[in-house]
Amino acid sequence: MPAKKDARKSPGSTSSDATPRPVPQSKQPAETSGELHREIRRPSSAWVDNLLMPALAVFTGLVVGGLIIAVANDAAITAWGNFFQNPVAAIKASWDAIIQAYSALFGGALGNPADIVAGFQTYFATGQTAGLYKAIYPFSESLVLTTPYIFLGLAVALGFRCGLFNIGAEGQFFMGALGAAYVGYSITTLPWFIHLPLALFGGAVAGAIWGAIPGYLKAKFGAHEVVNTIMMNWIAFRLSDWLLNGPMKAVGYRPVTSTVEATAELPRFFPDPLRLNWGFPLALVFALLVYWFLFKTTLGFEVRAVGANPDASRYAGMSVMRNFVLVMTLSGALAGLAGATQVLGTDHWVGQGFSAGYGFDSIALALLGKSHPLGVVLAALLFGILRGGATSMQSLARIPIHIISVIQGMVIIFVAAPAIIRWIYRLRIGTAEQTVLTRGWGK
Amino acid sequence: MAEQTQAAIMSKPNRQRLGTGLTLVIAGLLMLVLFVRGTQSGQTATFGMNTGGAALMIPDLVLPVQPTLYTLIVVTVFLGAWQLARGGIRSTGWLLVIVSFCFVAAFLIWATKDGSFNLVGMLNGTLGRAIPIALAALCGVISERAAVVNIAIEGIMLIAAMTAVISATLAHSLVVGLLVAILTGAVVAALHAVLVIRFKVDQIVSGVAINIFGTGITSFISSRYLESNIDVLNNSGTFKVMSIPLLSQIPILGPIFFEQGPIVYIALLLVAVLHVLLFYTPWGLRTRAVGEHPKAADTLGINVFLTRYVNVIIGGMIAGIGGAYFTIGSVGRFDQNMTAGKGFIGLAAMIFGKWNPIGAFLSSLLFGFADSLQVKMQILRVPIPSEFLAMAPYIVTMIVLTGIVGRAIPPAADGTPYEKQ
Repeated sequence: MPAKKDARKSPGSTSSDATPRPVPQSKQPAETSGELHREIRRPSSAWVDNLLMPALAVFTGLVVGGLIIAVANDAAITAWGNFFQNPVAAIKASWDAIIQAYSALFGGALGNPADIVAGFQTYFATGQTAGLYKAIYPFSESLVLTTPYIFLGLAVALGFRCGLFNIGAEGQFFMGALGAAYVGYSITTLPWFIHLPLALFGGAVAGAIWGAIPGYLKAKFGAHEVVNTIMMNWIAFRLSDWLLNGPMKAVGYRPVTSTVEATAELPRFFPDPLRLNWGFPLALVFALLVYWFLFKTTLGFEVRAVGANPDASRYAGMSVMRNFVLVMTLSGALAGLAGATQVLGTDHWVGQGFSAGYGFDSIALALLGKSHPLGVVLAALLFGILRGGATSMQSLARIPIHIISVIQGMVIIFVAAPAIIRWIYRLRIGTAEQTVLTRGWGK
Repeated sequence: MAEQTQAAIMSKPNRQRLGTGLTLVIAGLLMLVLFVRGTQSGQTATFGMNTGGAALMIPDLVLPVQPTLYTLIVVTVFLGAWQLARGGIRSTGWLLVIVSFCFVAAFLIWATKDGSFNLVGMLNGTLGRAIPIALAALCGVISERAAVVNIAIEGIMLIAAMTAVISATLAHSLVVGLLVAILTGAVVAALHAVLVIRFKVDQIVSGVAINIFGTGITSFISSRYLESNIDVLNNSGTFKVMSIPLLSQIPILGPIFFEQGPIVYIALLLVAVLHVLLFYTPWGLRTRAVGEHPKAADTLGINVFLTRYVNVIIGGMIAGIGGAYFTIGSVGRFDQNMTAGKGFIGLAAMIFGKWNPIGAFLSSLLFGFADSLQVKMQILRVPIPSEFLAMAPYIVTMIVLTGIVGRAIPPAADGTPYEKQ
């Protein structure tokens, strides 16, 4: 590209003046040698691509979110109104608004470090647990929120690996929750070691069905999975409205299911206000399983091959259709498990506002985690923290919880367009190539 | 060997023939089981043919329930049996259209037995509900003809719906609201265009990001400002119905097409104008060239990038009008997530309409019909849960996308970024 530009310039320069000509000539070798220099010193680009770029994307997303927080803050707006009298106060008011919001966010998500240390000290000194539990409560809640994010992120990431964009995680999550809840409350006489796996399985099956339908339609008719999974979301919402007001409604006025039997519950680690349960380690186990499936099995290799190049895979004798259906089914099952662990471990019943956008967040999460199970776990932790803190940000700093969606939208854009991040931070390292994630209509 | 291949060639239409034939017969039997059972002889269904004060009143259509149902069933089963026994009806699409019509008609008659149902009112509602879908579809057509997949329509409409109502309330002028909505659509679409054309972001990913951002920012502003200041910010009123003189007096068609709000007329006009622009002007030819074979277009001196920018932004303006329809066109206030997937349904309408403005409009009428029908059915107290009726537009979308009816081929370069060499 630069060579072409120079070639275009040089005729112009010769026609106007002969003297400037040596300058670009002498400049060019210097530039190339600089390029070479950088080539040698360049840190490994995998590090840049997989850690630095996502971190910068999140950071930039938080900065943009901060700007919106500052704009939405009344005190800051009044201070900016008097900008010409007191510019320092205006900037300080905005800065304070951002700091207040984000400290409420992270304080609400991670807890107060001093309290946690004090809690541990009293625990070791006296054996009293009350203070410790109170101090780690926020972090425990963040991990509780991380659990469905891990499952959902794995679901979306698995789809991406096969070149499929599963936006239906939201609906699959909801259906999984309903399936698990149904098995959980309708069967009453089983011992826990049968009932609990059965309830989890019920959730996985419900989610799998919801994922398999768009997968089948994609494989058989080439119907684009993005639109179909969204349609399945809306159908799931309507269906759940009906189920919660009709067949699955518990006795009483509210449109909620009955509470699941104790034999179907995922056990919790700590006494009551702390809701951290076996769902979290289960999610980590599934992250390992997905890693093993994708990178250590023949089937996983096929999935990735189809994702990378369906035509080449078909030529190599793999069934692209079968892989599409398989991946959408597994993806739906993972999303269904997310719903199941949420019901069996955290809520114990399903109500109407149950899903609350987890499925959509998981798209950002899978992109941020580069569709790798380890990346997904780390990104899920971040999103769990963001969401855990968002409620306290809403109550303490009066920032609506939806700011999280704004930040996530920005993060997706920045992750998907590394060129913007490179441009903002003047980065000249890392590879520029991008993988194609999705394909057009009916191809 | 030769016989085998010949058998293979023969067997495919054969299988299709049996398939459609069986589907038709089953549909007929289904109609018998679902709709005839529970009716009594002598029942009638009344269909209203007027809305309000038309000059020429048409008498209501009164149909005897059982004879009409039997006629529809006989037509369906006969067509199915004919297809099974003789084949020969080549156009599966038309067959399915006839059967769907019979099925829907039977359903309507069954639902209105012993009652009355304003058919023209429902069709008027159909057009109203089809308009946002049609505008979304037109946005899709304009972008995708230049090979840019725009899945961000949902987000664009949501943001435009909000800016329309806020600016209309602040300025006390609905026209200002509409103009601001168009501007908003252009800005958000330009963001999508820059991301996918300049930065070569995956087009679907960019669209999804804009949708998530749109949901987030509108919900944020809604709960931070709109909910507490409804009268100052979120109460614009709506465009009044403008009856077109003379034309609105035409029986049946008049009340359906010419007693609507101005946004509906704008949309109808846009359908015609875009069709002419796309197929009969140099701009349209360039657009289609860029969508089919950008490299060839580039060689001929068409600026591929500029064409794509212009088209995506024009599409965004159209989607902005669609967004305005949700607020200042129908209810006069903004609610969170009020677009409810209409942008995506618009994409399905675009595909079903074969990337063609008129086709896109006609197929959005189909979705509008499904939507309008479910609302009216809830009023009629049909013994089907309203939640299931509300699924109808989404299910129709999924069926349409399978391409069983009228499969279409997208522009060849659709969804791929262009690298200038």
